[in-house]
Amino acid sequence: MIRGLGAVTVLALAAGLVAGLGLAPREATQGNVQRIMYLHVPSVWVAYLAFAVVFVASIAYLAKRADAADRLAHASAEVGVVFTGITIATGSIWGKPTWGTWWTWDARLTSVSILFVMYLGYLLLRGMIDDRERGARYAAVLGIVAAFNIPLVHFSVIWWRTLHQPPSLMKPGPGMPLVIVTVLLVNFVAFSLLYAYFVVKRVHLLRREAEAAS
Amino acid sequence: MRFVRRAWILAWKDLTIEWRAKETLNSLFFFALLLIFLFQFALGPDRERLSAALPGLLWLGFILSGLLGLGRTFVVERENDCWEALLLAPGDKSAIYVGKLAGNLLLMLVVEAMLLVLFGVFFNLDLVPVLPALAVVIGLGTVGFAAIGTLFAAMTSQVRARELLFPVLLLPVQVPVLLATVKATEAVLLGEPLGAVAHWLKLLVAADVVYVAVSVLTFDFVLEG
Repeated sequence: MIRGLGAVTVLALAAGLVAGLGLAPREATQGNVQRIMYLHVPSVWVAYLAFAVVFVASIAYLAKRADAADRLAHASAEVGVVFTGITIATGSIWGKPTWGTWWTWDARLTSVSILFVMYLGYLLLRGMIDDRERGARYAAVLGIVAAFNIPLVHFSVIWWRTLHQPPSLMKPGPGMPLVIVTVLLVNFVAFSLLYAYFVVKRVHLLRREAEAAS
Repeated sequence: MRFVRRAWILAWKDLTIEWRAKETLNSLFFFALLLIFLFQFALGPDRERLSAALPGLLWLGFILSGLLGLGRTFVVERENDCWEALLLAPGDKSAIYVGKLAGNLLLMLVVEAMLLVLFGVFFNLDLVPVLPALAVVIGLGTVGFAAIGTLFAAMTSQVRARELLFPVLLLPVQVPVLLATVKATEAVLLGEPLGAVAHWLKLLVAADVVYVAVSVLTFDFVLEG
């Protein structure tokens, strides 16, 4: 079952790559650099999806005390942090030729990097508690707090920046050509599958670890 | 009513201990003084530059001393197995949270008042005319900071590397409060009315409500063992 999901994911990712590099037209002003969007935007989608799953699984754990919910939250947080990292890295690589700098305190960059450190702290907390049950409980509480914090971070950072400079250049305008939307959509599906594969695999590993420890 | 009473008893106990030993307060006062020195040395005596960075420095001072103060919230309970007694106390556990939060709020407000006076003296500021507006911003910001700080202090008090983990967890979560308070303080110090920063104040109120509500609801799970 996991292997099947993996195979489908590889196919979808290959299709996304071909579509992004080949099918999609070369952007008029930014050139080929713009193609990084096909990696960047699905990554940030997966990151937010992952943190939403952490939130729901955390509530489920506190309500039902099912170890499966805890493992799902743990796995999803790890994958979420990785994809947040990919988002920041690809954004940085895109920013260098486009904005002329690796890093700027743009509203979106800032809020995504705050998410990054917030959930890194979450993983750190998990790693520092030896008692599994207590670790699961504390992590669930932090997962809930962090999720409620996301909208607060979002608005505070937008207000903090947009008082001085116009919003991000990445705004997908209404005039986006159909080809670009389709290519983007293919990559969304591929990345979502990749997320599912990683999480299923990681949950499986965590279960094995727990079995071996007990 | 019993909930309030139980929270009050706990806060009163903590405040009495603090009042008699003055352990945290004395150290924090000294720490605040050192921070002022540090800011001056790091940025140089140039008054222009200092005044531009002032709102940020002020909140940096609040947050750094808050980290030290809040991190100790549950340390006092580790002696003589007080922690066990807290766990055994009957009734709703969130009363413990509310009591601890109230004690922390008072402690932080005292430290912040001290820091304000020190800032006024060392940076030659006339804070009296802006004090009411500043009090609103500081009050709202402190509630948000202490609310999550108290919850995380309970979580990290039973963990190894406690003093390391506490700031690492708290600081990222506090970014919205920090941004809002620094921006609002900046405007207030420039003599602008509170209406000019109404959106930041609303964000602070929203953060306070969310943080306190989530903490009250989840504190039971933190205190289980």
